[in-house]
This record gives sequence, structure tokens and C-alpha cells, in this order.
Amino acid sequence: MLAYLAKRITASLFILLGVSVVTFGLTYMIPADPVAMIAGRNSTPAVREQIRTQLGLDRPLPEQYVRYLGRLVQGDLGRSYARKSDVGPLIASRLPPTLLLMLAAIVAELLIGIPAGIYAASRRGRNADKVAMTLSFVSVSTPQFVLGLTLLYLFAYVLSWFPLGGYGSFSHLVLPALTLGLAGGGWYSRMMRSSMIEVLRNDYIRTARAKGMSEWRVITRHGLRNAILPIIAMIGLDVGIFTSGVVVVENVFGWPGIGQLMWQAIQSLDIPIIMGVTIVAACFIILGNLVADLISPLIDPRISLR
Amino acid sequence: MKRLLISAVAAVALLAAAPMTLAQSPKQGGAATITFNNDLTTLDPHVGYDWQNWSVIKSIFDGLMDYKPGTTELEPDLAESYTVSDDGLTYTFKLRDGVKFHNGRVMTSADVKYSFERAVSPATQSPGGGYFGMINGYDDVAGGKVATLNGIETPDDKTVIFKLSRPDATFLHLMAINFGYIVPKEEVEAAGADWGKKPVGTGAFKFVEWVPGQNIKLERNKDYFRAGVPYLDQVTFEFGQDPTVAVLRLKKGEIDIVGDGIPPAQFAEIMADPAAKDLIAEGNQLHTGYVTMNVKVAPFDNVKVRQAVNMAINKERIVRLINNRAAPASQALPPAMPGYNADNKGYAYDPEGAKKLLAEAGAGEITTELYTMNVDPNPRIAQAIQQDLAAVGIKAEIRSLAQAEVIAAGGSGKAPMIWSGGMAWIADFPDPANFYYGILGCAGAVEGGWNWSKYCNEALDARATNADAMVKDDQKDARVGEWKAIFDDVLKDAPWAPIFNEKRFTYHSERLGGDPSLFTDPIHIPVNYDYIFAKDAQ
Repeated sequence: MLAYLAKRITASLFILLGVSVVTFGLTYMIPADPVAMIAGRNSTPAVREQIRTQLGLDRPLPEQYVRYLGRLVQGDLGRSYARKSDVGPLIASRLPPTLLLMLAAIVAELLIGIPAGIYAASRRGRNADKVAMTLSFVSVSTPQFVLGLTLLYLFAYVLSWFPLGGYGSFSHLVLPALTLGLAGGGWYSRMMRSSMIEVLRNDYIRTARAKGMSEWRVITRHGLRNAILPIIAMIGLDVGIFTSGVVVVENVFGWPGIGQLMWQAIQSLDIPIIMGVTIVAACFIILGNLVADLISPLIDPRISLR
Repeated sequence: MKRLLISAVAAVALLAAAPMTLAQSPKQGGAATITFNNDLTTLDPHVGYDWQNWSVIKSIFDGLMDYKPGTTELEPDLAESYTVSDDGLTYTFKLRDGVKFHNGRVMTSADVKYSFERAVSPATQSPGGGYFGMINGYDDVAGGKVATLNGIETPDDKTVIFKLSRPDATFLHLMAINFGYIVPKEEVEAAGADWGKKPVGTGAFKFVEWVPGQNIKLERNKDYFRAGVPYLDQVTFEFGQDPTVAVLRLKKGEIDIVGDGIPPAQFAEIMADPAAKDLIAEGNQLHTGYVTMNVKVAPFDNVKVRQAVNMAINKERIVRLINNRAAPASQALPPAMPGYNADNKGYAYDPEGAKKLLAEAGAGEITTELYTMNVDPNPRIAQAIQQDLAAVGIKAEIRSLAQAEVIAAGGSGKAPMIWSGGMAWIADFPDPANFYYGILGCAGAVEGGWNWSKYCNEALDARATNADAMVKDDQKDARVGEWKAIFDDVLKDAPWAPIFNEKRFTYHSERLGGDPSLFTDPIHIPVNYDYIFAKDAQ
């Protein structure tokens, strides 16, 4: 186990290094000049050169990267061009809202996906099954900004059940979590359905039914316990899937997380923030995958960590 | 009975409305909430240079000069009075008595000197420090050789003398832009790298708090040197608010101003809504949207081709395309700018004439590229231009890119044509000079500069310098006349095709009152927060 962990963590470090190389290369290869964005339209060439030197942007790209990496190892993510403040604290202040939103979205997708999947499996082939699977298909395919705006319009503007975007209380959390969670819920309902159908075919289910157990108890006691295993293993991977979703959802709902920060940084070519958010997000995705892999053998003894 | 009730209600409503219309100046009190999609980047007046932070900074800080609210007319602000020497090289400002920073300290001439040195110092990385190039000693400070500007003298606490290396008629405007705002040294140094996050000024509003990514709160400065203003007790700016959602929130009465303006997709609907009619202030801004043509490379090195492009574009159709949120432009200067020539109608839409000119130019088949920023409505506008050009035989391929990439392509001279939308020049101060040097003069026609046409006419540059040397009050008209002539000549050379002048529409809640000009203030964009008031406080 420890050997496995050590191996995974070493591999993760290499992945992070790769992510930083690629992001660094891509952002600086864009045919755009961050100095022009900072210096503004009135600057003289002399002032632009001064700023370029101050930021070290006049150095060859590999040297810039090595310097960046050197600071990164010490935990310094650099300083934002546009906001003139340190990137580390900036991301740290935006991380809790994003993590809260992801957690709520995971809860939402499980609350939607698992019951829907069980229900569809128990009504297999009937109309209820078809309706549930069609809905899951729709929820998976709807673009998140359309879904978010529709939910806002209906439940916040027309019905006034929830606030119109913003951050702070539980009621602020519901709609963005639902927007992120509905798509995942759609996937999970499909997985849950097929997994449940498979489990319900087993002999021990037939035995349970034969001894006169109610269908409800058959499904919850014997079916669910076995059918839910593959779903739990998937949760860790959601972190990666949600990372792209939060950029959209946070912008629609005015949620002050790293997705919003990233989006604004991209618009103003604020490379230190773009780099910082990418690296932090990569850390979380790697962590999520690691957790998913560590959980797998616990719930399915046939899988072993090597 | 019903009718009686209605008239009783009407009478009460009239009574309630009466004192408001009669009142000479509004009562203080109340609050307003303004939403923005993007976070504010900084509240450092010497650094902030986007349209969002520009006017928030104006409410927290002051300069020696300012503009009368809702107009482009200069008046002394932190200065009580000023004199200009006959040669235009010495400006002497007498400071107002009893102006205090928000920390309680009295502002003095030393603060003025410090502030300009800070704006010019390379350590500040100010995008506007270059504006003060005419102050003696600028080069040494900007070059990082010394820290003090020898062109600023402070004989006593209440007097500041600026010595200039050349006369410059825009100097008083420069005393009113954010880069010339006065900051307290002790607060700047105490805050260090965080200064832009905890500003302390002398302005109408005092900074209270900044919750990153969420909001900024300001409260009324009770010691503000102008008695009776501002009217609002509190102003809150909320960030990360999608304008589409912000419009819904305004309709529900949760917020007061959609800072980003009305989203294009909802514009027609809101303008047609009778309930919103009185809540939308319409005004002009000092803006021109234009197409640049790189005069250094074929085919646009030929003036006839450039003129033909001017004649080929149907500006009326483009204006309709954006729901009439603009007016067709005849020239580089917007109509509200001094120097605008109302008699110059520019190039009329004339595709046949354009074809003839192209034939005369002997340019043959022209294929080129039109760069545009990739945010709506700019790609649609570029497509309209593309169609108009195709009709006269110019094939323009559209390059729709992120803002920073278009700016880079323009600065390097790589882009033969650029549609300026989304990056266009909104004047920093209301003077024709601000529309010339950086975007049409030789100074901007360098690698990384903002003169994307790379148009450099040295004769015009010399005339511009001469015009700006006319600094006396009785030369004002002659100076504006000369600028008019300069811009007429620019139009003949046609480095740009001016397309339209954007109008501004500010959507605000019923709660807020104030002259419509305050909601479309040409200087405070989007709104002059210092002079609007809350109706519920009256």
C-alpha cells in the first residue's frame, strides 16, 4: 500500500511538471503581448521595455520557465499582472467557494442519479424507464449556461424561491449545485440503472424474492449495496469533470470561485493567474483520481493496488 | 367609489412627488448597488485603467482639477485657483483649505508632489505615467535615475508650481485624469503591495471594505470638502454578476444599476418595455469605432484604396445591426469632442464611386485580412464590413481573435485591417489631442504602439504640436480650429474608415434619481456616483 502510494505521488509530481510546461508554453506562445496590456495605449516604447525587464519577460522562454518553477517549488505562484497582487492568496481566497460548490454538486448528482437509476431499473422497459432515460439524456446534453440561466429565470426570477445568483447562504448554493449536478445525475442514473439490472439478475436476489421479501427490501437491502459500488468509485473522477463546469456555472451565478477568476484572467491575459489556477486545479484532479483508485479495492476486493 | 379612491391615490402621489421636484438640492441618505460582470482589478488611481475601476477611483480620489458633473467643462477641484505664465511653461496652483484625506490628515502640497512622482516612477508601472512627459525632469524619473521631479516646486503647504519643458494646452486636463490624483504617502507605504486594495483618498466616498470576487463597499465621506455632496450614504459594487442576470435583479428591485450596460440580446426587449422607459438614460460618449488600414503595406499604401474602403462601407446598416445603439460616424472625432467638424460629412456610402476609385488605383484583385475581437457584436459587424467590401471587389478574410491577440497584431503591424470594436478609443479626457498622438500620430506608429494604421504624417504632427502650444484662454478657439483642420486632413488621407459613435444606455432602478446626464456622464463611466441620489431618502 505505502509503496503504491509513493509510486503514485511520484507519478503525480511528473504529471504536474508536465502540466506546468504545457500551460507555460501555450500561454506564452499566444501571439499576444502581456506588456502591451499592462502598459496601456499611451505608453512609450521605453516604458514598455522597462516593464518587460521588470517582469523578466525579456528573458528566453526556457529561462523564464525555470525561474517560475524555482518560485513555484517555494510555494510562490507569482504576482498578477492586472490585479497587482500575489496569485497564491488570490487563489486561496477563491478556493473554498469552488470546493463547496463541487461538494454540493456531488451530493446533488447522487441524490438525483441513484434514485432515478433504481427507479428506472425496477421499471425496466416500461414507460417510466423510458421517460427517466430520456430525461437523463437531456440533462447530460444541455449546455450548462443554458440550464443555469433557465433555472435562474424560473426558480429565482419568476418563482422567487432562490436568490438571483450570488454567494453566502444555503439558498444561494442550490441552483448552481443543481446546474452542475444535473448532468452528472444523468450519467449516474444510467450507470445505476445498468448496474442495478445486472445485480437483480443474480441468484441471491431470486432467493430473496422467493423467501417472500418485499420488492422494496430486495432492492434496498440486497440490490443497492452491490449496485452502488461502481458509482462510488466514480465520484473521485467528478472533480476533474467539474473543473471545466465551474468556469461556466460560476460565471452564470456570480459564484466567487476559481472558475470565475480563471475566466477573467484569460480575458485580460493575466498569465500568472492562468498558470496558478491551472496548476492548483491539476493538483485537485490528480488527488481526486488518486482517491478514486484507493477506494476501488475497498469496495471491490477483486481489484488490487499494484 | 373606485374612481374616488384612484384620484385620492393620485393626489397623494402628487403630494409625495411635489417636494422632490421643488427641492433645490437632494437630501443625503440611502444607498445604491451597482453590478459588474468582472472583478475590479485595482483601486490604485495611478494604475487602474479600465472603464470599471476608472469611475470608482474618481469617487474615492480627487485631482487638482475636475469636470463639472455631467459635462466636459474643467473646473478647479483640490486646487482653489491656478495661474498660467505667459509662455505657458509655469502653472501655479493654490490648494483649497481644509481638504482632508480619509485618514483625517490634511492634504498639502507635498502630497501633490509625491503623487506625481509616484505616477511617473517606473516602479509603479503606471499605464498613464507617460502623460506627464512635459513636466521638467520627467525623463530622469521615468528612466529610474532619480526619484524626485525637479519640475514640481512646493514653496509652501498650499502652493504647487509645475515647470514644463514645452507648453501643452492639455495640461489642465491631465490634472483631472486619474493618473494625476493625489494620494497620501504614509498610507501608500504602509499598505505596500496591497495599496490598490485599501485606497485612501480625499474623495466624496470613503473606502470601507473589499470582499474579493464579491463586492466593494464605499460610504459617504462626511468631511468631503464640497458641502452637501455626495448624496448617497453608501455605494456597493457587486462583482461576478452576469449582465443578463443583473437585468432580472434590477427588475426585482435588488440592485440599482447594471454597470455593464444592457446586454445586446436583451436590448430591443427592454427598450420596448414601457415600465423601463423612464429608467434608461441615453447619452453620447467620447467614442469612435473605426477600421484601421495599415498604410505601410499594399494595397492600403495607396490612398485611393483607403478612400474606396471608406465609401464602400454602409455605416447605416451596421448601426441598424446593433439596434441603433450608435450613430454613423463621419470623422475620427466624436461629435461631443471639441474640434468635431459638423460641416464635414465625411465619405458618403457610394459603392460605385468606390469601384471607380479602385479601378483608378489599379490595385487589381485585392485580398486582405480583417481582424476583429471575438466578442459579440464585433464579429457580426466585421461580417457586415466584409460583405460591403466584397461588393466592391475587396476580399477580406475575417480573423476573429481574443482582445490581447488583436492588440498585438495591431501593434506589430501584422494586421492589414482591424475593426476597433471592443478595444476602441474612448477618450481619457475630452480634448482632440487625446484622439491624435497615440492612435493617429507618429508616436503611436511604432512596434507595440496603438496607431494600428502605422500612419505617420510628420507635417501633421508638427501642426499638432503647434496647436497644443496655444495655451492662453484667448487662443482656445484658434486651437480648436487648428485641430479641426488637422482632423480634416487626416480624413483626406483616410488611414481609418470611421464607422460609428457609440451611444450609452444606462439602465437604473426607480429608487435612484438625478439628472439623466449624470447617468451617462462623459467622464464618469458608467455613472457619476457622487451626484445621483436615493428617492427613498427624500
